[in-house]
Amino acid sequence: MDVTTILLLLFFGSIATYISGNKFASRVALMFSVIALVASIYIATLYSEGKGVGFLIEWITIPKVYIAFNGDGLSLIMVLLTTALTPLIIFSNSGSGFKNPSVFYALILFMSFAMVGTFLAADGLLYYVFWELALIPIYFIALLWGNGTIETRKKAILKFFIFTLGGSLFMLAAFAYLYTKSGTFLIGDLYALELTATEQTWIFLAFFLAYAIKIPLIPFHTWQAKVYQKAPTVGTMLLSGIMLKMGLYSIIRWQIPLAPLAAKKYMLVLIGLGIAGVIYGSVVALRQKDLKKLLAYSSLAHVGLIASGIYTLTLDGFSGAVSQMIAHGFVIVGLFFCAEIIFRRLDTRKIADMGGIRQQTPKFSSIFMILVLASVALPGTFNFVGEFTVLYSLAQINIYFVLLGGLTIILGAYYMLKMYQTVMLGQKSETIFSDITVKEGLVLGLIVAFLLFFGLYPKLIVDFVTPTLQQILIAINR
Amino acid sequence: MEKNLVLLLLLVPFIGFLLNVFFGKKLGKDGAGILATLAVVTSFVASVVFFLQINHTKQAIEVSLFDWIEVSNFKIKFAFLLDQLSILWLLFVTGIGSLIHLYSISYMHDDENRHKFFAYLNLFIFFMITLVIGSNLLIMFIGWEGVGLCSYLLIGFWYTNQEYNDAAKKAFIMNRIGDLGFLIGIFIIGSLFNSLDYSVIKSSIEFGAQTGNIGWISLATLCLFIGASGKSAQIPLYTWLPDAMAGPTPVSALIHAATMVTAGIFMITRMHFVFNLTPEVLNIIAIVGAVTSLVAATIGLMQTDIKKVLAYSTVSQLGLMFLALGLGAYEIAVFHVITHAFFKACLFLGSGSVIHAMGGEQDMRRMGALKKIMPITFATMLIATLAISGIPPFAGFFSKDEILLTAFHNNIPLWIIGSLASIMTAFYMFRLMYLTFYKDFRGSEHQKEHLHESPILITLPLIVLALLSLVGGAISLPGHSWLNNYLYPVFGESAAEHAELGTTEYILMAVAVIGGLIGIGLAYVKYIKQGYVTKSDEEITGFAKIAYNKFYVDELYSLLIVKPINSVSNFFRTTLEPAAGNVFFGFGKVANSLSIQGKKLQSGSVGTYLFAFVLGVSAILIYLFIAQ
Repeated sequence: MDVTTILLLLFFGSIATYISGNKFASRVALMFSVIALVASIYIATLYSEGKGVGFLIEWITIPKVYIAFNGDGLSLIMVLLTTALTPLIIFSNSGSGFKNPSVFYALILFMSFAMVGTFLAADGLLYYVFWELALIPIYFIALLWGNGTIETRKKAILKFFIFTLGGSLFMLAAFAYLYTKSGTFLIGDLYALELTATEQTWIFLAFFLAYAIKIPLIPFHTWQAKVYQKAPTVGTMLLSGIMLKMGLYSIIRWQIPLAPLAAKKYMLVLIGLGIAGVIYGSVVALRQKDLKKLLAYSSLAHVGLIASGIYTLTLDGFSGAVSQMIAHGFVIVGLFFCAEIIFRRLDTRKIADMGGIRQQTPKFSSIFMILVLASVALPGTFNFVGEFTVLYSLAQINIYFVLLGGLTIILGAYYMLKMYQTVMLGQKSETIFSDITVKEGLVLGLIVAFLLFFGLYPKLIVDFVTPTLQQILIAINR
Repeated sequence: MEKNLVLLLLLVPFIGFLLNVFFGKKLGKDGAGILATLAVVTSFVASVVFFLQINHTKQAIEVSLFDWIEVSNFKIKFAFLLDQLSILWLLFVTGIGSLIHLYSISYMHDDENRHKFFAYLNLFIFFMITLVIGSNLLIMFIGWEGVGLCSYLLIGFWYTNQEYNDAAKKAFIMNRIGDLGFLIGIFIIGSLFNSLDYSVIKSSIEFGAQTGNIGWISLATLCLFIGASGKSAQIPLYTWLPDAMAGPTPVSALIHAATMVTAGIFMITRMHFVFNLTPEVLNIIAIVGAVTSLVAATIGLMQTDIKKVLAYSTVSQLGLMFLALGLGAYEIAVFHVITHAFFKACLFLGSGSVIHAMGGEQDMRRMGALKKIMPITFATMLIATLAISGIPPFAGFFSKDEILLTAFHNNIPLWIIGSLASIMTAFYMFRLMYLTFYKDFRGSEHQKEHLHESPILITLPLIVLALLSLVGGAISLPGHSWLNNYLYPVFGESAAEHAELGTTEYILMAVAVIGGLIGIGLAYVKYIKQGYVTKSDEEITGFAKIAYNKFYVDELYSLLIVKPINSVSNFFRTTLEPAAGNVFFGFGKVANSLSIQGKKLQSGSVGTYLFAFVLGVSAILIYLFIAQ
């Protein structure tokens, strides 16, 4: 059994969901996503037993393109993140009365397929294909099932689409150039190229544009908040929980090892940019009026910290960033789901219109609180493990980085607790707010259980990815 | 065996928390409280067992569970260390914790969310134990942030009141400012010593490692001190503690007086071998502590809310403890932590008893004449007040006197500041007593009818704490200190050197006692003889007004930090964000307008095309001509 099983499951799952018709779509999609999760867990255990789970056959002769997939710790952990979140995302939104559910759920699985492909691909062109493929389902999900008027939606989504597409074109050009040098797109061959410092700089910058827009890093984030706000919660979850990690993952997998000299040259600037994002995102989040937008900016702050950890080019930075990516994926999906739960009952996303919910909802308010605390990286949650390791790596580079990047623990607490206070606390509101249903509780409960378990025992994940990260570091310092 | 007992000690309060969260509501009016109290008592019993064991064997107990977090140059284990210091802390945390749980059964009897209250209280004990028994800085940090969380939850316990929620949020955020300092300190120490374990750091210092890096070590200890000053409410991070009084009174007693706020002192004491390397930082600690004790005492003089007076007095006493730490007299700081825990818990619980009787009233201007009605509350509070005022033979006398003695030997100005703060303490504490218990009752008729002594569950903890305030000083009598001997394995040499007593020491003692008596006398003259009652808010003027308004520090912070951040945030949100979006959209607009301009060229008029064609051909010809 190799990693293609997961891809096939998701791909055919998507088709099966479409065929199964509107009545069964959500259940079929859920079933396939769960099977894909089980398959990826099984493959991960195979990998940790030392068995090969990669895949390689020739695809196109001219130009020489392979269907090649990695089966290593970094790829598999990102696949696990995707396949673990997909069923949660499907389950949390099933029964919300979307129109054309068969198309809708098929698109979600297709999206998941494309993202898993991006994480696994070991051939540059194949990777590029998956990278762009992931854009299509999210475009339709956001456009057709989003909020607000079709006009404003269209504007926001189109901006996002053109923005990211434009960024990736530079990446394609970089791949084309690399192909002229090596004759293949295979990642191993590309790693082995001996490029001059100038060549590396151009390649580095081309990749950077694609990733900085996708993640997003400031000042390339201007598409983000509007899209998060306008997309349906499913779309926001897919974007923030998984898709933005495509960019962060790609920095570790592609950008830095392909152009290590440039990475070292621009290291300090990029760490600084990431940290600037932490502060900027946090400060903007403080006064947001829209709950989803607030979470979007909190996300901007968190990914800034993750990116700065990656650009330290140290094992601690990498490993902390991977932990943070996973922890952030879970917590942000949970938080967006909380926003959705409130929206289902109050029909508003405006923070000022909420309040006085806690008295009516002991379960919901407790879980929401735990997620808020995880988001501000309270020790004992998995988020703390990632944040601690990333900040530690920053401290090794320069103490001022950690002083500024560490502001996240103050500012984060400020805007999150302020949000929680306005949204949940205060005098009991007059509108009736029913506590979470069993289904909602199950989704949130699973997320919380995950974050708390790995908060105490992160070893399982960290040991799984460390060997791969060490190999990449060797490639960087070759 | 030891491992199981440690787990029992730690996990029983956590299980109590879980049970109360999930089933507390079904346990009836007393069930939740009894369950929580039993959980803490269990931990107390376990602590006593450990205490007896270590007294016998003198051997620290180490228990390691599993590897937690790993960075490139060291591993952080989930491990515990029970030595003389942590066991001592455990004893008074769980001991006083048990009493306050017991008290709360009655105090929170009629609150509909009492099961949550007890759940949080148990969770607090769990985190406090984690903080104390962790064997490295990061386990301490779990407990550190955990108790901060419980403090947040309990200050905002009555969450329908947004003012209380503000106070809770403020406490959490101010603590987090300190926590960033703590974390940076951890990072530096980790990088320098390749470990966060106390024992490893201690032995590498003993072997002389890293002594060349004194600059970094100083920065590390300074950062750790910033962390400590957040949790232990020192200047400039003290303003959250008085606001924290929004929480139910047992919480103020347990978390915001006896235990959590002493965590900063515990941390510095735990890391004393690192702090000893950096005398300048110790100096800063001493100065900050002394100044905090004086400033807080000054504010305390003017407060009218009974709990606020006690809150500022807590800040002030914590300042004295930091003064002791800064002078390197760690065991004296520990001594004062313990005696303070006794008398301050007693005072807070007493004030809770008064507030209960007054139907929720906290303003001392509407109290008075409660002595006869509440004799037990009065007697116990009087003992605690005498203790805090430093009158022999009560517990506070011994610990405070040792701090002042040490200050006198090291730094006279700090001794003066500390002594002034002590005189003020005696004054405002007796002011509190006189306003509350003497003269005529100034409350409403309705309140007067309901006045009553509190039930046994409330008075019993008061009596126990009063007794401890009375005799607690015996653990470290001058010249014959059981405590110093007990802590000798932790602090080594420094523990013994304060033992000598000469004429100077006796004179200083007399001076301190006379100072205390002067404070009491002034209060007596003003509030009993003259029958003065502090004026209403509007009538307060001059310096008194400034002190009454806490030197406007909150307003200053708001003006300098909170408001600027918020207006920057508003600016970003309303101006910069749309503008940044437009910059990138601008590229599109430029392309669009270029295309519109370009479109015009395609006019369809053959004449124009011909003209352009001729123009182009001539240009080429001219170019070729010139090139030749």
